[in-house]
Amino acid sequence: MIPAGFEYHRPGDIASAIGILQEYGDEARVIAGGHSLIPMMKLRMAEMGHLVDLQAINELKGVNVGADTVTLGAMVTQHELITHDGLGSAIPLIREAALQIADPQVRYAGTIGGNVANGDPGNDMPGLMQCLNATFELSGPDGTRSVAAREFYEAAYFTAREDEEILTRITIPVPGAGVGQAYEKQKRKIGDYATAAAAVMLGNGQASVAMTNLADTPVWSESASAALADGDVDGCVAAMLDAIDPVADNRGPVEFKKHVAAVMLRRAIARAQSRAS
Amino acid sequence: MNDQTLTPEERAASLKGMGSSRKRVEDVRFTQGKGNYVDDIKLDGMLFGDFVRSPYAHARVKSVNKEAALALPGVIAVLTAEDLSPLGLHWMPTLAGDKQMVLADGKVLFQGQEVAYVVAEDRYIAADAVELVEVDYEELPVLTDPFEALKSDVVLREDLEGQTEGAHGPRKHHNHIFTWEQGDKEATEAILAEADVVAEEMVYYHRTHPCPLETCGCVASMDKVTGKLTLYGTFQAPHAIRTVVSLISGIAEHNIRVISPDIGGGFGNKVGAYAGYVCSVVASIVTGQPVKWVEDRMENLMSTAFARDYWMQGKIAATKDGKITGLWCHTTADHGGFDACADPTKFPAGFMNICTGSYDIPTAYLAVDGVYTNKAPGGVAYRCSFRVTEAAYFIERMIEVLAIKLNMDAAELRRINFIKADQFPYQSALGWEYDSGDYHTAWDKALKAVDYEGLRAEQSQRIEDFKAGKTRKLLGIGLTHFTEIVGAGPVKNCDILGLGMFDSCEIRIHPTGSAIARLGTISQGQGHATTFAQIIASEIGLPADDITLEEGDTDTAPYGLGTYGSRSTPVAGAATAMAARKIRAKAQMIAAYLLEVHDNDVEWDVDRFAVKGAPERFKTMKEIAFAAYNQAIPGLEPGLEAVSYYDPPNMTYPFGAYICVMEIDVDTGEWDVRQFYALDDCGTRINPMIIEGQVHGGVTEALAIAMGQEIAYDEMGNVKTATLMDFFIPTAWETPNYTTDHTVTPSPHHPIGAKGVGESPNVGGVPAFSNAVHDAFRPFGLVQSHMPHDHWRIWKIANGLGMHG
Repeated sequence: MIPAGFEYHRPGDIASAIGILQEYGDEARVIAGGHSLIPMMKLRMAEMGHLVDLQAINELKGVNVGADTVTLGAMVTQHELITHDGLGSAIPLIREAALQIADPQVRYAGTIGGNVANGDPGNDMPGLMQCLNATFELSGPDGTRSVAAREFYEAAYFTAREDEEILTRITIPVPGAGVGQAYEKQKRKIGDYATAAAAVMLGNGQASVAMTNLADTPVWSESASAALADGDVDGCVAAMLDAIDPVADNRGPVEFKKHVAAVMLRRAIARAQSRAS
Repeated sequence: MNDQTLTPEERAASLKGMGSSRKRVEDVRFTQGKGNYVDDIKLDGMLFGDFVRSPYAHARVKSVNKEAALALPGVIAVLTAEDLSPLGLHWMPTLAGDKQMVLADGKVLFQGQEVAYVVAEDRYIAADAVELVEVDYEELPVLTDPFEALKSDVVLREDLEGQTEGAHGPRKHHNHIFTWEQGDKEATEAILAEADVVAEEMVYYHRTHPCPLETCGCVASMDKVTGKLTLYGTFQAPHAIRTVVSLISGIAEHNIRVISPDIGGGFGNKVGAYAGYVCSVVASIVTGQPVKWVEDRMENLMSTAFARDYWMQGKIAATKDGKITGLWCHTTADHGGFDACADPTKFPAGFMNICTGSYDIPTAYLAVDGVYTNKAPGGVAYRCSFRVTEAAYFIERMIEVLAIKLNMDAAELRRINFIKADQFPYQSALGWEYDSGDYHTAWDKALKAVDYEGLRAEQSQRIEDFKAGKTRKLLGIGLTHFTEIVGAGPVKNCDILGLGMFDSCEIRIHPTGSAIARLGTISQGQGHATTFAQIIASEIGLPADDITLEEGDTDTAPYGLGTYGSRSTPVAGAATAMAARKIRAKAQMIAAYLLEVHDNDVEWDVDRFAVKGAPERFKTMKEIAFAAYNQAIPGLEPGLEAVSYYDPPNMTYPFGAYICVMEIDVDTGEWDVRQFYALDDCGTRINPMIIEGQVHGGVTEALAIAMGQEIAYDEMGNVKTATLMDFFIPTAWETPNYTTDHTVTPSPHHPIGAKGVGESPNVGGVPAFSNAVHDAFRPFGLVQSHMPHDHWRIWKIANGLGMHG
């Protein structure tokens, strides 16, 4: 469990970080909280010559809660998401989901940016961000661009982010008053990835549903969301079951995962409904 | 004297002897991070070893190219079987009478097997060099199923080809290891043929792993000037390791010093000898420098000793009103690539013949077939005496299966079949003499404590509610009454590699009335330094706080067979009491001399000898200790020391009644332990707080095993559960609250009546959890379903019973 050797960089601003990425190309990787990357490095499944640590970049920090949007710096930790007062009342779904990620020790170091940028289908925040219709801001040599969370994920560990780009900021529209939200997750134990998890927003004639760890990307389904907006729970579940594509692993076979996916989704819908006004 | 004003009870309490919940003296250093584990040992010029391991479960090793690794700066050596072969160390004997490759000799038999050993200046360079060793493999067909292995043409152990006789009798097939039979086959089959009722079931106890917090490791240090080898390591049996190292290396035993420092849990994983120890010793001899090897978590889970993996086919016969008349069991035991079970020599399936459990079963038969497969070797007693967990799980499942067949309450079925208190000592049909027990008292106390009738009523209501669509949760009540066999063991039938399984204690009383005691055992978290001092305190009347305990250094401690199989208290605890009694006997003579009376005119009184009939005339043990060193006493040698080597006359038989109440979500397979009640009878209780801690820890391990923990392989022999993401270790979140309770039935043959308790909760806990799962689904037709009961397997039960519409 000892990683291969690497050069360690700790730039103080985004431009310097991008400069290092440009200099070393695919030899370089950025590291945020490290809870996905470091285990892979220790298993020698990820080897890179240059590790670019983002923790000294102040521009990547901070939670900003506005009237219409919430902005999260990429280096905001899960712990900060849980303990931030304004965020908890603006978008309670984020706190509810963050509390179900790993354990307190991991949440002190694990970041929202790392969680969404890594492209691991087991991570909780990507599905959540799709449900909330968040936008990711990417900074690269050619400037800054925005990509919708719903357009960001291509396959496991493959995203719309270019090698020389850094995911710097996440912008989330604040759901309207009266919108019920819920995150339901089944896992084998504390610290595990989801067997199946569902994020649901519902209210004001609109709905959005996304699921986690049931395909090689998070799954947000337009038709499932539309069905739910129409009050058709069965149709929503059917559409979502159509959209997911789970694989068998130690958590169980495909038929079990599909069954549990439906259970999680129904429970999340019921809870979101109970919270909607 | 001031303490004349104290009552005998007050004086006894101040000693913190047996029965006191004295705080663990070890925790002062552990809670401050001041423990000293193997990986804390740093010696001048120390090198580091690391293994190249096979990615394949079965393959021929065609060549090993070391060149690139050796070219890496800081790499000292790369050892292969070819290098060890001239020393005769490329293979080593196992504890089970088999032999095992130290480094791959032409082929590999399991994923993670050691192929080459890299020695480097630091562990980072060693890890880089491991990547640079080029091994050319030719894949061979893989056998992961023991039943298939017994039919297959594929020969796993080519080194044994043509050998029809193994260490434990005839081999029936090239992948067969041994057949072990106990009891009366013909009589049992006759009873099965004529019985009113016979229940038959396959009970599988899956492969898992002890997974101690600290992995296995060692530091070997050969001093070329003195010719003395010092070997620090995570050894549960340091003395036996010294003897084994001497026998296989040819180094004289007096030139080997084995030291077990603090050990972070063992649970059987640290009993055996591993390739890492042999390679580190060789590397230190070759380089003349100390060499450290510490395995990582994946190496621990993949290559050092696993536990269980027993397929137990059972038949149980009874009269129509539930009196059990016979028990039949055939076990297919998957031992992996080498037979490296840690069992007493004459017991290739350990004490599996305790499988008649707590029940008066007049006739029984057990056969065990050991089988080679492409899995890691081991088969150790994971927090249990040898194969006792398997036996307890088997009988406690068979009782439940029989209860279903008879349509009886499983608590009542147990009650009418328990061995009665007046039947002890009890001769079991499979050859053991149970020393003592009072099962009915324990059982009634347990059922009353949980309000068993009330629970059954609640369960009936729950079933109605479920059928009416009011709930999707079932309620399971898991019952277990287990009997263990621990404290191996009598030298007449228990040995490991020819070493009798006695144990030892040496006590030295210092002039000022404090003491040091050394034992042949080694604590891995059991709290020996706390509890053994309490035994001495009660026996000789010196405060436990004034008694130091030392274990684990073979240059200073008396010879003993180590700590596993709940043997420390039954065997070394007995040696401690016997050594203390020798000291008290000499102290009596000293006291009589000082009081100017005959030896027989003084009597023992808590912490002193007093003149009979004149209690105001006495000498305390503290005074006697000083006298032993400053007075010339006619007929007595100076000093106050004793040593005892204790050969137990019998095993001890702790027992207990465990009840688990579990909620199960039929839609997700999720479970929640609502209540867990554990009544243990371990005989005389030395430290109730440590007992409670042992029960909490052991039941938590049992929870893990029953509800998710496993070493699983795919059909290619790849280990699917080699990290703690997939190998279930409960966190505080998954761990339920426990209620502990006890009865006390002292062992009649043990000097202080103690029986051992560290492993009882694992033995009793696993069937309690598993039976709770089964019990929840029993009203819907479930008879048997294999562990581990993780979410998807529980869901599968519900799905198979048509509960998902």
